[in-house]
Amino acid sequence: MTYFRGVWCIMEKLEPAKDRLLKSKKNWLDGEIRGRILVILCAVIMISATISITIFLGSKGLQSFIKNGVSLIEFITSTHWNPTNLAKPEYGALPFIFGSFAVTLLSALVAAPLGIGGAIFMTEIAPSWGRKILQPVIELLVGIPSVVYGFIGLTILVPFIREHVGGLGFSLLSGTIVLSIMILPTVTTIATDAMSSLPKNLREGSYALGATRWQTIRKVLIPAALPTLLTAIVLGMARAFGEALAVQMVIGNVRDLPTSLLDASATLTTIITLNMGHTTYGSVENNTLWSMGLILLIMSFAFILLIRYLSSRRKM
Amino acid sequence: MNSKTADRIATGVFITIAIIIISILVGLFYYILVNGLKHISLEFLTTPSSNVRAGGGIRDQLFNSFYILFITMLIALPLGIGGGIYMAEYAKPGKITDMVRSCIEVLASLPSIVIGMFGLLMFVNLTGWGYTILGGALALTVFNLPVIVRVSEDAIRAVPRELKEGSLALGITKWHTIKTVLLPSAFPSILTGAILAAGRVFGEAAALLFTAGLSTPRLDYANWNPFSPQSPLNIFRPAETLAVHIWSVNTQGLIPDVEEVSNGSAAVLVLSVLVFNLLARWIGSMIHKKATASK
Repeated sequence: MTYFRGVWCIMEKLEPAKDRLLKSKKNWLDGEIRGRILVILCAVIMISATISITIFLGSKGLQSFIKNGVSLIEFITSTHWNPTNLAKPEYGALPFIFGSFAVTLLSALVAAPLGIGGAIFMTEIAPSWGRKILQPVIELLVGIPSVVYGFIGLTILVPFIREHVGGLGFSLLSGTIVLSIMILPTVTTIATDAMSSLPKNLREGSYALGATRWQTIRKVLIPAALPTLLTAIVLGMARAFGEALAVQMVIGNVRDLPTSLLDASATLTTIITLNMGHTTYGSVENNTLWSMGLILLIMSFAFILLIRYLSSRRKM
Repeated sequence: MNSKTADRIATGVFITIAIIIISILVGLFYYILVNGLKHISLEFLTTPSSNVRAGGGIRDQLFNSFYILFITMLIALPLGIGGGIYMAEYAKPGKITDMVRSCIEVLASLPSIVIGMFGLLMFVNLTGWGYTILGGALALTVFNLPVIVRVSEDAIRAVPRELKEGSLALGITKWHTIKTVLLPSAFPSILTGAILAAGRVFGEAAALLFTAGLSTPRLDYANWNPFSPQSPLNIFRPAETLAVHIWSVNTQGLIPDVEEVSNGSAAVLVLSVLVFNLLARWIGSMIHKKATASK
């Protein structure tokens, strides 16, 4: 009896159960809300980073046209780049834009057959041991930093081309070769995923009709995986378009439009890399470099849109 | 040509392609390691670099690389894991989630030089810091964040549903479930992904050129005061990393032993990235074995 009275006394001192439960629930919710705010904050930071990159680079990149009066048409179409000529400075970035597109397309032309071929080797020709060898090879290729590619290009590829092919060695060709090796892992990885995710009955149906392996690959598997294979190539191109240091080390960086594969050339990224450090911040030349950066940004949006378009085709 | 012959030729072509890819890698590694390893010595790793004379080492560059990596991870991991939790657990399908996803996609596809330019604008000029370790680390965070978010989202989504539902059924709230059930079981995959991302950050140079700079002040390794300009721990000093060093000695260096220094640095860089990859793989498989009790 006294025991019960004791308990009752303790209960008396405490708040009523209703309040207690409500209060404790509120405490639980506090942690809950804090957690939710925390993760939403992380998402907000990501969104604001993206938006501020677009806005900052966009406004800075447009300054040369708006504030400095550089003509947009001249910037895109003229081949004369001569910003240091005080009497008549010229800001034609076409050679660099052309250089960027040229190395990107050429390296995609080299890397696409190699990458897709490698993927087909891994999934169709030798699915067991081929994959065991090639997969780590590809992963290791991804791991090599871009400056190391550039350095090896500079010390092996450039002298080799100078002696055996012709020209200075610093050329579109060197840039293309270095870039194709760099984007090869990207293309191969995604192409491998594409090929191995194809349903098995496609292959079996084709073999059952008496098709050879090559016929199956060419007439059934490649058409079925085509949108993803194209995505793989576009992703590789996006990487090639934005690559800076490795290309800069081997391409020669001249301001003229190249006339052959063996001519030295320059790309948007290499000109930015070279000149950003030693032009005065805010000068017209510096601002045109930001405009080139803006072109890089716009192209990277364009690549995303292209990939989206390709993946929407895949779903159908 | 009948179809059998065509088949044989095609098979031959595919095998040739595989051999080409493998020989590219073998050639690259052979060149890097054979030429680089003979320049790596304790002296090379522990003497400061020289701007004009031969015989410089990479002590400061090596330290800077690891230090910037450390600071980057310190910022990027909480943010990225938070973002991953949001995407996996809180985001409802709809416009906002689509937008976050697009933002991640945009960030992931930005060329590193563009991120470097953004860093120059934001963390160098706008803040008035000049070239700093912190600026470099923040630029690398932007570069690294999408990877970490994707890795942690995938890891959290891969946790078996029963674990989460069991916890919720015990009356544990969502955030508490995330903290005590989902994160611990997603931890191995997040760790593996983070180490792989670290390898990528370690070799990155383009984003650092205009944010962390091309020079390192004279460092005094006995000075542990993080606010002193000579201290290696000061995050408001310029810092040239190993990858940037390879680029700068090759394109604008004056030292006579460019080839030796860059061979050695390239080997150190590639070996470090290799160690990161092996570490990630080893930790991943070890934890997998422990978790699944398989051999």
